Amino acid sequence: MQTREPLVPSPNGAVKLSNDEISRYSRHLIMPEVALGGQKQLKQAKVLTIGTGGLGSPLALYLAAAGIGTIGIVDFDVVDESNLQRQILHGTSDVGRPKVESARDRIKDINPNVNVVVHEEALTSENALDILKDYDVIVDGTDNFPTRYLVNDACVLLGKPNVYGSIFRFEGQASVFWAEEGPCYRCLYPEPPPPGLVPSCAEGGVLGILPGAIGTIQATETVKLILGIGEPLIGRLMLYDALGMNFREMKLRKDPNCPVCGENPTVTELIDYQEFCGIPQAAAAEEKNGVPEISVSDLKGKLDRGEDVFVLDVREPHEYEVANIGAKLIPLGELPERLVEVENNGGEIAVYCRSGVRSADAVRLMQDAGFGNVYNVEGGILAWSDEVDPSIPKY
Amino acid sequence: MPKVRIPTPLRQYTGGDSEVEVGGDTAGAALDDLTGQHPDLRQHLYTGDGKLRSFVNVYKGDEDIRYLDGSDTQVSDGDELSIIPSIAGGSAKGSAGRRCR
Repeated sequence: MQTREPLVPSPNGAVKLSNDEISRYSRHLIMPEVALGGQKQLKQAKVLTIGTGGLGSPLALYLAAAGIGTIGIVDFDVVDESNLQRQILHGTSDVGRPKVESARDRIKDINPNVNVVVHEEALTSENALDILKDYDVIVDGTDNFPTRYLVNDACVLLGKPNVYGSIFRFEGQASVFWAEEGPCYRCLYPEPPPPGLVPSCAEGGVLGILPGAIGTIQATETVKLILGIGEPLIGRLMLYDALGMNFREMKLRKDPNCPVCGENPTVTELIDYQEFCGIPQAAAAEEKNGVPEISVSDLKGKLDRGEDVFVLDVREPHEYEVANIGAKLIPLGELPERLVEVENNGGEIAVYCRSGVRSADAVRLMQDAGFGNVYNVEGGILAWSDEVDPSIPKY
Repeated sequence: MPKVRIPTPLRQYTGGDSEVEVGGDTAGAALDDLTGQHPDLRQHLYTGDGKLRSFVNVYKGDEDIRYLDGSDTQVSDGDELSIIPSIAGGSAKGSAGRRCR
């Protein structure tokens, strides 16, 4: 049944299944591809899931149900209301709890036989090798470029497979990066995009069901690697389009010039991934090109006193529909053509968006167009909801 | 005419189109035609000095053009080019690694 060397050798007599476990896993045990030996391999296996969010949720749930013996979880965040649309490890009653705690409870409830190892910390260049080294498979369910490159490089240095998945709006990608047998993430994308050019899920949104599809592909690949069955996604990039409802497959090649897994690697230890991804540089540039700001409480004070302040909302109409404070709406993309609609009589102009990023762009654009007295509302409508008017919903 | 498949993050620059028919008999010419039709795409695909950005991969069929003839890769009627950008999403904001910002 095996098509390749299993990642976890059959433990035979060293691992036993109780009668309860035999009942629990009966649908596996009657399949020749898994059977008793395979179920013991799963029990012997140690899988690390990095992130317990959108991808980490279906992953951890299915791996637990399938009988993976040890599941490590890395996360330092707490459960937020806005997670519940897709992060099915966590429930409404978990809001405010550390994600690793609610994940551990949920995994234990599904399958008390799983040994859950909690790493309630951020994965960093300092701790990554130490955390990853004890696991057979690493599953990447993170959401940002610095951590993705960190996970990739750590896996290459340790010789471990990295089961990759990534999502945006209606599209997902999945692959298995394993430098010992094929390309790594850097062979596919040698460098990350500069900060701000590619929107994150928090900025761009994601269909709540999408991580379910990609996370279960990652879980499937993990189990296949452990058992040594089927054809893994090594050297292939699976693309999923939920709107068109199609899967496509691209060929991946190992890059002989890859800086980490190529013939003459230049990256031989973990580096500063924030720096590599241009995060501090972008922050410094932003500080230098900073725009004048106004706090939500100062803005409220001015409006209450009847001062001459023109308030401009530069979000999209569908966001305005969710929450607004009655201001003039001109989406950022339409602003250059619609500047005439903004009163430029010397009074103050306060520009806001959801959190303050787009409105900073709008302020720069308006300054360039000759507007004086333009201020960015710090923290956007989210801050307004927190500090001025809690009846405004946050999204 | 060859066509180019546009990924979700870039569709805002093609007026929402997921596929664009293009002229040209090489991958480079086809992308030039694409960015001629949709100029806002250009800065997302190319660096200032005209090189394809390293976080954007272009495939002809299922092959990365880096491993064919790069921008000189021949394309003809019915060929499909795909732009595959790197995407990072997976969980909440920066929850597993250090927060971006």
